[in-house]
Amino acid sequence: MTRVADMFSERPWALSFFGAVLVWLASIAFTGGMGGGDMLTSAMALATFMVIVGVGQMFVITLGPGNVDLSLPANIGLSSAVAMKVMNNDDSLVAVGLLAAAGSGFAIGIANYLLIRALRIPPIIATLSASFIIQSIAISYGRGLQIKPPDGFADFANAQLLGLPVLALGTILFTIAAAILLQRTLFGRGVLATGQNMNAAHLAGVPVERIRTITYAMCGLLGGLNGALLAAYFRGASNDLGSEYLLASIAVAVIGGTSVAGGKANLPGIWGASLFLVLLLTMLNTFGASPGVRMVLSGAIIVGVITIAGGRPSGR
Amino acid sequence: MEASAPRFGVAPLARTLLPAFSLALVLAAIATLNPFAISYMGFNLMLNLAIPIILATMAQLFVITGNDLDLSIGSFIGFVCCVAATWLTTDPLLGAGILLGSIIVYALLGALIHWRNLPSIVVTLGMSFVWQGLAVLVLPDPGGAAPEWLMTLMGFQPYFIPFPILAAIVVAAVTHFLLMGTSYGAILRASGGNAAAVARAGWSLLRIKMALFALAGLFGALSGLALIGITTSGDANIGSGYTLLAIAGVILGGGEFVGGRVSPIGAVMGALTLSLASSSLLTFMQVPPDWQVAANGAILIIVLAARALINRRKA
Repeated sequence: MTRVADMFSERPWALSFFGAVLVWLASIAFTGGMGGGDMLTSAMALATFMVIVGVGQMFVITLGPGNVDLSLPANIGLSSAVAMKVMNNDDSLVAVGLLAAAGSGFAIGIANYLLIRALRIPPIIATLSASFIIQSIAISYGRGLQIKPPDGFADFANAQLLGLPVLALGTILFTIAAAILLQRTLFGRGVLATGQNMNAAHLAGVPVERIRTITYAMCGLLGGLNGALLAAYFRGASNDLGSEYLLASIAVAVIGGTSVAGGKANLPGIWGASLFLVLLLTMLNTFGASPGVRMVLSGAIIVGVITIAGGRPSGR
Repeated sequence: MEASAPRFGVAPLARTLLPAFSLALVLAAIATLNPFAISYMGFNLMLNLAIPIILATMAQLFVITGNDLDLSIGSFIGFVCCVAATWLTTDPLLGAGILLGSIIVYALLGALIHWRNLPSIVVTLGMSFVWQGLAVLVLPDPGGAAPEWLMTLMGFQPYFIPFPILAAIVVAAVTHFLLMGTSYGAILRASGGNAAAVARAGWSLLRIKMALFALAGLFGALSGLALIGITTSGDANIGSGYTLLAIAGVILGGGEFVGGRVSPIGAVMGALTLSLASSSLLTFMQVPPDWQVAANGAILIIVLAARALINRRKA
């Protein structure tokens, strides 16, 4: 028993996978074993979108206290519209559309950083103010717009390989790359060092401001890509496409073992936490919970999980 | 990184006056664009929703005083509205009990955040779903009716001074006294400035955090009651914009995210500026509805940039 406890304390992300399995077992126990596989497949697909923005948010949060990107939902909304407009329902323009979405996200990330740096606005307010402006751009830009993705792109986003969503497979590769970026490159080590102590990192010769620029830009870029992929998966763009990804992106990072105090990140945990959250919502759906009950329970469970997994004993 | 602010000199004064200056600027702009708006009736109309915004800003101010942030205050206000539009009308005792209980929940959240040293952003983001869900459960479809006395209270038309302005002065005076005029208020602010020192001086940080969150819950509940008194019927999503408005109001009013540096009077002026700028001014300036949200963001950025400039010049 102590060995199990040790395993969890050494690998905080294991807890989130454990939770995901538990929730999945509870759902298939309820349905009597029916549809367990399908449930996993669709959970994988939905978790993919949380992972993509979760990774971006994780890098930002790791930069240190106060660093968080609140503009992700607005970013996703705008970028999904940009992607669909550029693709113009034409499969040959998919790559261009993806580039455009990534570019719009990248620009948003850079704008966020400029607000933080040039105007010395705290990241929370900077990304929040930016999100107001992005929302308006999205509303104004989205009027009477082509919101459907090209058929081929939509089919690709919904495609499966051996029962696994293609997007999820791609995102697993992406997560591995992100883990290497975090742990094995100068940039990743710089992000961790900045989060642990910005002054010390600066004195040690870490290009702190360049690292913060890249991190915010990368988070924005991932948000933009996520917008395009979401629009393809749900076969349509909309301004509130990203609304649930604010809580989700922060929650999966923190539940997955990333420290809100900065300087400590965990990539496998993001998959575990995303699967846990998606399966949790699936479970509440299978139990036939009303939207109100679902909201109350998912909110309460997030608070509960953070209390167990995310906190440090008091006494700073 | 950041030098501590000097206690004397021109810069702090400029920073204190910035909220008043922004408010004056917005008023001047409105007076130029539409002179008829500067009248008893004009203010009553323009500041229609100012009272709930001011109270929500005060709720957020208490949380920010302790270096935390409440991202759930908007959905909490929605929840209070739904309870007020249903039980508070049909069964006042039960309704009042639920509202009291929800303020206790706020205090307990403060305790939890302190006890486990949790990030308040994540906890309150989670709670925003809880309040929103509860609001949907209480009032699945928009409707219900506000208690008669609340509507009468909010429809109050005092002699000469428009009610929203009178209310703003009262709220500013009360919160200024609470935080700036009492010794425990100084302790509350000090907990945001240097928690370790406050603890070493023998104060319970747990109790301080609970007090700050309970005050946030109380003012959140008052904001919800004021809102339902104006709108007369409830809707689970009615408060969704208030979270951000409240944060913006505190910051516009000269508050800082860390350090327990807040200004209740400034925050009330910040909330007034926002309620004028976010609707009336933009309408008079004929900003298309699509761009009104952006204009709010831009106003926030401009004021904060002005403040950064003042802060930089002091060095």
